[in-house]
Parts: sequence; structure tokens; C-alpha cells
Amino acid sequence: MTTGAREERDPGLQPERTRLAWRRTTLSSTVVAVLASKAALHDRNSAAGIVACAFCCVLWLAFLGLAHRRIRTLAAAGPAGPAALAPRQATATALCAVALAVCAVALVF
Amino acid sequence: MIELVRNVRLWFAPQEIRGEGKTPDYRFSLANERTFLAWLRTALALIGGGFAVDQFLPDLRWAWRAGLALALLAAGVLCALRAVNHWVRCERAMRRGEDLPVSRFPAVLSIVVAIVAVAMVVVVLAGWAG
Repeated sequence: MTTGAREERDPGLQPERTRLAWRRTTLSSTVVAVLASKAALHDRNSAAGIVACAFCCVLWLAFLGLAHRRIRTLAAAGPAGPAALAPRQATATALCAVALAVCAVALVF
Repeated sequence: MIELVRNVRLWFAPQEIRGEGKTPDYRFSLANERTFLAWLRTALALIGGGFAVDQFLPDLRWAWRAGLALALLAAGVLCALRAVNHWVRCERAMRRGEDLPVSRFPAVLSIVVAIVAVAMVVVVLAGWAG
């Protein structure tokens, strides 16, 4: 019984490490979102600043949602291992980062 | 160029990549995913750096500040897009049983980061002196 359970468990803890990598990435996106909100609301209390801030918050939530979905897939995986990351998910995550950068460019000018 | 367009199509088409070759050991796929996430964190750090330059160097002349911020943000965007592209290419190479793709992007990125860092030091020192 114990040996069976031990065999099921991946000794390299790959799903766990991947889950933590997603967590680290959400942390990074949180830092960027906080910086973005600070930039948007700091010097001008204008409508444009508030819109940019809201946009950044939406992007951050989208990022959290994507990471949460992936983490749930990783946690629910059986001994055969979790399914590979879908290209669409990877693209969406990267596009969130790109959109944050576009937001930043809009704030610089 | 055509290769790039084909890769971009793969970004959005999960079924096409599954159609090729056979599924590798899930641990390899997860390692590829972690590499992708590490590159994405690098991109996010560059974007955060762009925000930080814009905000925490307010005494800088506008042109310099905007230029440095834009350089960091552009590097961040490139890094994020390249992260997906490299992930797709690695995933496909693993399915086909080919060698993993090589890339000169890490070298280019480190040179760009070094140039931006030197420029920032020069600009901040010049700001103190002048």
C-alpha cells in the first residue's frame, strides 16, 4: 500500500514545482499591477488615469484567473501526470503581459 | 518569416500541435512550461522596470526618462512574445523527437539589459553632476 502510493508520487515533484512557478509568476504580475496603479493614479487624477488603472486591474484579474485554472489542472492530475499546457493558455498569459506594457506606454505619454 | 507565421498560428491552435508526433513524458512538458513561466517573469520584471523608471526618476529630463522606459517596455514585450514562441517550438520539437531549438535571444537580451543599465547609471550620475 505504502509502496504503491510512493510509486504514484513523482519523486521530482514536477507538478508541485510547476504550480509554484505559476504562483511566482502571479506574484510578479501583482508587483507590475501595483506599480501600474500607482503610476496611473499618482500624478494625474484624470479620467484617463482611472481608466488605465481599471484596465491594469482587469489584466491582473485575467492573469490570476489563467493561473488559477492551470493550478487546478495541475493539482487534479492523476498518476499519469497533468495534461500539457494548452497553447491558447500560454498565448493568453503572454498577451496579458504585453497588454500591461501597452498600458505602461500609454501612461508614459 | 513564413516559419514565424506558422508558429504564430500554432500559438492559438492546440489541436494542431497535438497532431504532430507523440506525447512526450509529462515531466518534459512541465519543465518546458516552467521555462516559459521563467521567461514570462523576466518579461514582467522588465515591464515593471519600465514603470519604475517612469515613476522613480522624476528629476530626469523627459526625453531620457521616456526613452529608458520605452526601451525596457519594448524589451519586456519582445521577451513575452518570444517566451510563447520558444515554448511552442520546444513543445513541437519534443513531440517530433527532434533536437530542442537553439536561440540567440538570451544573448541579445543580456546585451540590451547591460546597455540600459549603463545608460541609467550615466544618466543618473550626469543628473547629480549637472
